[in-house]
Amino acid sequence: MAVLPSRHRSLVLLAAVVAAQVLALAVQIKRERQGRLIRVWSVTLISPFERAGVWSIDAMRGAWNRYIGLRHTGEENQRLRAELERLKLRNIELESKAAETGRLEALANFRQLHRDVPMVAARVIGSSADSASKTIYIDRGERDGVRRNMAVITPDGIAGKIIEAYRNSAQALLITDRESGVGAMFADTRIQGPVGGTGEALLMKYVNNDEKISAGQSVVTSGQDRIFPPDWPVGTVIDAKPGNPFQIVRLRPAAHLDRLEEVFVLLTTRELETKKEPEKAAAAPKPLGRPSATAPH
Amino acid sequence: MELSAVIEQHIEVHKFRAGTIVGATLLALLLQSFLPRYIHRASLLELPLLITVYFGLSRRNPATGLLLGTIIGVLQDSLGPSPIGLYGIAKTIVGFVASSIGTRLDTEHPLSRLSLTIGFFALQQTVLVLTKRIILGLAEPFFSMQLLASALINGVIAVGLFMFLDRLRKP
Repeated sequence: MAVLPSRHRSLVLLAAVVAAQVLALAVQIKRERQGRLIRVWSVTLISPFERAGVWSIDAMRGAWNRYIGLRHTGEENQRLRAELERLKLRNIELESKAAETGRLEALANFRQLHRDVPMVAARVIGSSADSASKTIYIDRGERDGVRRNMAVITPDGIAGKIIEAYRNSAQALLITDRESGVGAMFADTRIQGPVGGTGEALLMKYVNNDEKISAGQSVVTSGQDRIFPPDWPVGTVIDAKPGNPFQIVRLRPAAHLDRLEEVFVLLTTRELETKKEPEKAAAAPKPLGRPSATAPH
Repeated sequence: MELSAVIEQHIEVHKFRAGTIVGATLLALLLQSFLPRYIHRASLLELPLLITVYFGLSRRNPATGLLLGTIIGVLQDSLGPSPIGLYGIAKTIVGFVASSIGTRLDTEHPLSRLSLTIGFFALQQTVLVLTKRIILGLAEPFFSMQLLASALINGVIAVGLFMFLDRLRKP
C-alpha cells in the first residue's frame, strides 16, 4: 500500500473511501416503492436542478411572451377591439333580423288564419312625443284604405284605433291612452263593462262589487263599440278591489303595446261576426268570419 | 507542514513479519464467520475490529489504517448477510482514527489497549447504527446490555490478542 505523506491527503482518502462505500450501499439498498436508494438519491440530487432549469426556462418564456413578444399587442388589441365592435353590431343586426323574422312569421300565420277578414298589415313608424298620450304612427294611410275609427290589432289582442288617417300614414290611439275606450266583457261570465286606459294598465269600469273577479281572468271585446269585433282579447285581470260604487278592476293588455312594431288595421268599421275554430277557440284570438272585401296586403 | 513531517519522522512505526497482516486478517474473518455457528456466545466477538484496531495503532499511518479497515470491513460484509459497505464504512473510520491516535497516545500498555478497544467498539457501533438508520432506514439502538458486554469482552480479548501479535513484529 502506498504511504500518503500528508494528513490532509489521508482525510481526502478517508472521505473518498467512505463516499464510495456509501454509494455502494445505495446501489444495493432498495427502498419500498422507491426503487434503489442510489436512484432515490440521484433523483433527489438532480431534481432541484431540473426544477430550477424548468423554472428558468418558464420564466424566460414568460418574459418573452409577456414583454418582448407583446410588441405588436397594442395594434392587435386595437384590431381585435374593432373586430369585436363590428361583430357586436353584426350580432345585434342578426338578432334583430331573427326577431323580425319571428314577428313576421307570426303575423303571416295570423294573416293566413284570418285571410277572409279585410285587414292590412302596417309597420309602426313612430310614436307620440307627448308622454301623456299613447299614440303611434303607422305606414299605412288613406291610399291603403285606412280610415278613422278602424281597429288596430295584433296577433295577441287589440291595440287601439285609428284617430287620424293621412294619405300615406295614420295615427292610432292605443287602448292604454286615458282618452281610449273599448267595449269589453269577461270571457267566462260575459259581464260587460267599458275598458279605458290609465297611461299604463287598463281599467274596467262599472263592474258591480257583487261580482267575483279574480286575477288572471280574460277580458275580451264585446263588439258594442262598433270598432272592435267581438271576442278579441283585450287583457287579463291583474287585480280587483272593491270601490264606490263599482269595483276597481285593473287589466294587463293582451297586446305588447310597449314594443309594437307591426300591426294590422281592420279595413271595416262594420260589425264582424265570429267564426269559431275548435282548435284555436281557447287560446288564439277568434277568427273573423266575413268574406274579405280587400285583398290581403 | 514541516513541523508535522519532523514529528512523523520520530514516530515509531512497527513492521511485521511477512504475511502477518494478511494471515491475521483472514484468520480473524474465518473465525468470525465460523465460530458463531458452533459457539453461540462467539457472536459477541468482533475479531475483524480487533485486527483493524491493532494494525491501525501499530502502523500509525492514517492512509494505511483506513485502507486496511476498508478491506477488512468489505470482506466481513461479503461473508455475512449485511450489504457491502456497512462494516466497510465503520472499519474504514475506525482504521483511520486508530492509526491517527497511534501517533499521539501510548498504545502499548494493556489498560490503554483495553480502553482504546472499548472506545473503538463504541465508535464502530455508532457508525454502524448511523449508517443503518440513515441509509438502510433501520431503527437500530445505539446501546444495549449485550453491546456493553460485547465491548468489555472484546476489550479483554484485545489485550491478550495484541500481546500475541506483538510477538510477530519485526525486531
